Amino acid sequence: MKENIEILTKKFGRNREALIPILQAIVEKNSYLSEEAMNEVAKQLDISAAQVYGTASFYSFLDTVPRGKNIIRVCKSIIAEMKGKKEIIKTLENVLKIKVGETTPDNMFTLLETNDIGWSDQEPSMLINDQPYTNLTSEKVIRIINEYRK
Amino acid sequence: MSSQNLKKTDMIFGLCHTTDVEHLLPGGVCKTNEEKFVVLEEVIKKDPQDIIDDIIESGLKGRGGAGFPTGLKWKFASLSPEKEKYVICNADEGEPGTFKDRDILLKVPAKVFAGMTMCGYCINAKKGYLYLRGEYKFMLPELRKVLDSFHEVIKKIGYDFHIDILLGSGAYVCGEETALMESMEGHRGEARNKPPYPTVEGFRNKPTVINNVETFVNVTMIQKFGVAEFKKLGTQDSRGSKVFSVSGDTPKPGVYELELGMKLSDFVDEYGDGDTKAVQVGGASGFCVPRKKFNETIIGFEGIPTGGSMMLFNSSRSMYNVLTNYLEFFAEESCGQCTPCRVGCQQLIRGIRAVKCGQKSPDYLDALLKLTASMKLTAKCGLGQSVANSFSSIVSNFTEEMIY
Ligand SMILES: Cc1cc2nc3c(=O)[nH]c(=O)nc-3n(C[C@H](O)[C@H](O)[C@H](O)COP(=O)(O)O)c2cc1C
Ligand code: SF4
Repeated sequence: MKENIEILTKKFGRNREALIPILQAIVEKNSYLSEEAMNEVAKQLDISAAQVYGTASFYSFLDTVPRGKNIIRVCKSIIAEMKGKKEIIKTLENVLKIKVGETTPDNMFTLLETNDIGWSDQEPSMLINDQPYTNLTSEKVIRIINEYRK
Repeated sequence: MSSQNLKKTDMIFGLCHTTDVEHLLPGGVCKTNEEKFVVLEEVIKKDPQDIIDDIIESGLKGRGGAGFPTGLKWKFASLSPEKEKYVICNADEGEPGTFKDRDILLKVPAKVFAGMTMCGYCINAKKGYLYLRGEYKFMLPELRKVLDSFHEVIKKIGYDFHIDILLGSGAYVCGEETALMESMEGHRGEARNKPPYPTVEGFRNKPTVINNVETFVNVTMIQKFGVAEFKKLGTQDSRGSKVFSVSGDTPKPGVYELELGMKLSDFVDEYGDGDTKAVQVGGASGFCVPRKKFNETIIGFEGIPTGGSMMLFNSSRSMYNVLTNYLEFFAEESCGQCTPCRVGCQQLIRGIRAVKCGQKSPDYLDALLKLTASMKLTAKCGLGQSVANSFSSIVSNFTEEMIY
């Protein structure tokens, strides 16, 4: 962990402005911020661990609880609701055999809901990690999940 | 039915063969290279104050929602003798039902960078930042490519300006300009007190101009086509065109560029499904207009201003569901810094549910309306202040739906 974060502090620097880019890079790699990672970042940036946690916990994409390798975020805006978001959630819960908020036992997927992701013209929509998927149907969702399982 | 009165325009996305930087776009949309960068090259020969006067004269107002006159904002920042200044492009686009900045950044990013560079020239800043919402991270590789060629171009014309892209991490309130700066400085995205305004103390406490993505494109187009051409569009109070995000019960959801100052009824004729009961103008923080007011409602700064979100609802929709969805959004996204907003959002949700299930009498709605009015007065930033907009416009126009 120490070495990994040293690489990041080399890249982004050690001042306060580097904090969020560093946390983002850790999440990109590990899906979430472990206590160990946050403590190490605090040490290397010379700020308190509470500062690191306090900042991270503000942002919904900087998860501080364990997440699966792939994070699914289904849009829950009013437009998504109107266009069949419920059906999409049901399908995802069925194929992944987990509920919203949970992670599959093989640690492959975490299923979450999120506020508007900027695709109201093509709802229902979801993000898997950084990739948006839009105009979703149940069949489409099953196909997408199968692709990620390969 | 297509409305005769609605004027579709093509300033932001179109006219690519005559714009300066368009050929940078992947796919080679533009074939004519002779005119490339002429605008930027010409602009940096002008007197910065003349450019600012042009923008003031054009009447351009910010496209992010609040509608502050862009030229004045630049003027304030330009007047500061401070050596270190910044330009920020706000691409946080978190307002529910908004997605036009997504299309602008996907289709004409170079126009955005050009506008930022012109701003840098006018206020004497050497550094710009594009703050891109985390949800749009998928665009990053393409944006970086365009930005790299853009940097080469400004180097070639001998001008010194550098743009960096920073990513958000999923927080709506970070679209508020001072919260955005807190976030850029590595902190929780908690809004600051204003004044001081960012043009005086912004990023790193230095004079900063922050504008919406679309605003910067407008500046580029004004420089290209001239103030007179720009002023041909829109009305006295709302100059130019606007990019709208159209969603909900419409046969053609999408991004449309329309002249400002249109009547909502004309808009509904064009985009409605024939059964439109209400339009939410300006997203969750905007206003809900019921059918009976379509005719008298103007979309623009003289009527209802909007960052571009237009959500259409037909008569099959429950406005109670619409309102609770918005309230849950605000409650989740409130930064929690000030009590009126943190507690107010929660109380509104509880209150509206209590009325709906009969635990509270319908009179209780009046108490809730009073609460939103005091939130408008006492909340620290635009998030808490604007909850009243959708709450009061939905509750007062669809009272029965809130009760039964
Ligand atoms: C809660 C909140 C969210 C906002 N989100 C955005 C946004 O995503 N994009 C934006 O341009 N402006 C947003 N604004 C407005 C900005 O604070 C600011 O007024 C704007 O970026 C100024 O640019 P303009 O004058 O070009 O519109 C938001 C304001 C509030 C209160
Ligand atoms: S109004 Fe809401 S979002 Fe704004 S500062 Fe107060 S608590 Fe935070």
